[in-house]
Amino acid sequence: MRESVRSWFREELSGMEEFLDTEEKPDASRVERKSAVRRWEEQLLSNPQMQREIQRRQQRYHTIYRLVAVLSCVLFGLVMLYMIAHMPHYGFANPRADEVASRYLEEGLKETGAVNIVAGMILDYRAFDTLGESFVLFTGLVCSLILLRVGARNPATLKHDQYFDTSSDAILHKIGVLVFPAIIVFGIYVIFNGHLSPGGGFSGGTILGSAMIILSASAGFGTTDRIFTYKRLNLMTFAALGFYSLAKGFVFFIGANGMHNPIPKGVPGALLSGGLILPLNIAVGLVVACTMYGFYSLFERGRIGHA
Amino acid sequence: MLDTLLSNYQEAVAMILFVIGFATLLFQRNLIRKLIGMNIMDAGLFLFLTSLGYINGRKPPIIEVQEAVADTYINPVPSGLVLTGIVVSVSVTAVMLSLSIRLYKRYHTLDMDEIYAMTLKEREEQD
Repeated sequence: MRESVRSWFREELSGMEEFLDTEEKPDASRVERKSAVRRWEEQLLSNPQMQREIQRRQQRYHTIYRLVAVLSCVLFGLVMLYMIAHMPHYGFANPRADEVASRYLEEGLKETGAVNIVAGMILDYRAFDTLGESFVLFTGLVCSLILLRVGARNPATLKHDQYFDTSSDAILHKIGVLVFPAIIVFGIYVIFNGHLSPGGGFSGGTILGSAMIILSASAGFGTTDRIFTYKRLNLMTFAALGFYSLAKGFVFFIGANGMHNPIPKGVPGALLSGGLILPLNIAVGLVVACTMYGFYSLFERGRIGHA
Repeated sequence: MLDTLLSNYQEAVAMILFVIGFATLLFQRNLIRKLIGMNIMDAGLFLFLTSLGYINGRKPPIIEVQEAVADTYINPVPSGLVLTGIVVSVSVTAVMLSLSIRLYKRYHTLDMDEIYAMTLKEREEQD
């Protein structure tokens, strides 16, 4: 069967070989024409009158560009200031715009179990949006990885590592190692209290990432490479994003079908309350911390860990 | 009209910042300066959104009572939007910075016009 199809195909194609031939043959007349065009161009450009004309046109282009740019900026600014002059006064409630907000404020504690309404909003009502944000961060990290990764075996990287190794500086090294646990504890505190007080996954994750950055800047990359390898970064980011997607997918499925939500809300104000908000905060914090440290490591030396 | 503009001075400053950033994008040829202009635009936008959410004499949206009244707290929606914006701005800045590093490694300049001229020349040589 297959053989017959193949032979039919060959027969069909037998007359078309000259069209299928993709190998480019040097065309003598084409090369000649091209060089003639180039000679003509050079002759034209060497003409002083032509040069003056080109310069004049370039200057005219720049003048017009500047004029249009200034005009558009001024117009843009004036339109926006005009709009602001017709907006409600600063610091006064706007009943039309506050409809959604008042619903969040009045029912948010009952519906999400989070004392901090902003956390309840971004991780419960608008959790899909926050998932997108986490993926934006992850995509940014992946793009930087593609663009900046040099590789560990590159001799330039090794030289760079020796040059920027600060671990021989005793004061810097000791202070960095001393400060590191305190910042980590503070970051974990901010993440775990995201549903109770201002903070949450994004701010706490940034604090964790900055702790890693401080450690690697003061104690050298050798120290952080031991904790924070490329593999672990991959695993942590993947686990956090996967957990977020699965958990929120489960909740969306239940909500769309009108089923009972088995995740307990807990007592408002307790650490273990707010349903999925605490685990989602932890997931977001992990992604943000990995991304921040990954950005620093990539920009500093073109690799994360040893990879 | 003018009194509204004066009372909305935060939003007005935010829009002026936005226009400064836009002008930086248009007039600077250096890629890093363009990036800084982009970040100034972001800052203007965040200032605008946060000042939209503020309401005089009200508390931050952290609810400590059983029956909450919406008139006690500020508007929480712009805060969430600013959070989204900051995250996106960080990622975009990182990607643009890495792109400009790659461009500098290839062309040894950050000037947009010079890079464009060099790419034109390269294309001509390829033909």
